[in-house]
Amino acid sequence: MQVEWWYGLLGGGLIGLSATLLLACNGRIAGISGMVNGAITFTAAEIWRWLFLIGLLGGGLLYEYGLAPQPTPTYGFTPLTMIVAGFLVGFGTRMGNGCTSGHGVCGLGRLSGRSLAAVISFMVAGFVTVFITRHLLA
Amino acid sequence: MKTQQHIVALVAGLIFGLGLGYSQMIDPERVIGFLDLAGAWDPTLAFVMGGAVAVTVVTFRWVLKRPHPLFNGKFYLPTRQDIDQPLILGAVLFGIGWGIGGYCPGPAITSLVLGQWNPALFVVAMIVGSLTARWWTARQNRPSPAAPDPRG
Repeated sequence: MQVEWWYGLLGGGLIGLSATLLLACNGRIAGISGMVNGAITFTAAEIWRWLFLIGLLGGGLLYEYGLAPQPTPTYGFTPLTMIVAGFLVGFGTRMGNGCTSGHGVCGLGRLSGRSLAAVISFMVAGFVTVFITRHLLA
Repeated sequence: MKTQQHIVALVAGLIFGLGLGYSQMIDPERVIGFLDLAGAWDPTLAFVMGGAVAVTVVTFRWVLKRPHPLFNGKFYLPTRQDIDQPLILGAVLFGIGWGIGGYCPGPAITSLVLGQWNPALFVVAMIVGSLTARWWTARQNRPSPAAPDPRG
């Protein structure tokens, strides 16, 4: 079943609100890859990052089991696909200093040229990859 | 101020997770549907990204005019401006993984609540990938073994 586009807009607005709250109150950028990279150093100064990630899971639980109009579909990607994809995402976001949230939502919000370059790069790479996997290899 | 910061982090995370849920970015087929320009294109991600950036581009401008954040002494912002090779190469590698799996870091972590193996495998591999990149970068930046050790 199609989720209508206004759910996308609503979700995007909430993500923007979250990023605003974190910057306005804590002076921090809501970049999830950076959040994970900081959290896994396990130092006391990183507790806030763990709390954000716990909140992220809480938001997911609240949505999926409380508010969702219908359950989120899941798929049987092969385990190898997930491992390769996850490794590339982890490697790439550390090397490029950010992901869709850090460079996309926050970087573009700050009008950062560096983030714009990153966003264009990962978008184009994503378009080309899906063209290959869904059309050339399928 | 630490307590307030911690509460804000928790609440901001919660709102972020709700946003990823409502926008269904926790559904990898929606993300891949957006990236599939040659297929049945799904514009949802454009609305999500557009909606989020429409908010931040306005609020960040206003927030960053303030002398400091509400519960912290200063803003922690990236200072680099240069567009270098690791930025582009890293972003491209990330984009390839994103296209293969349909997850970026936020949705992958949030999807852990769905109780499926896929996001769990993805998140573990993502952390391994990130630590590998850190190790790789440190190795690249290490002085060559031929150079004499200044400490004798």
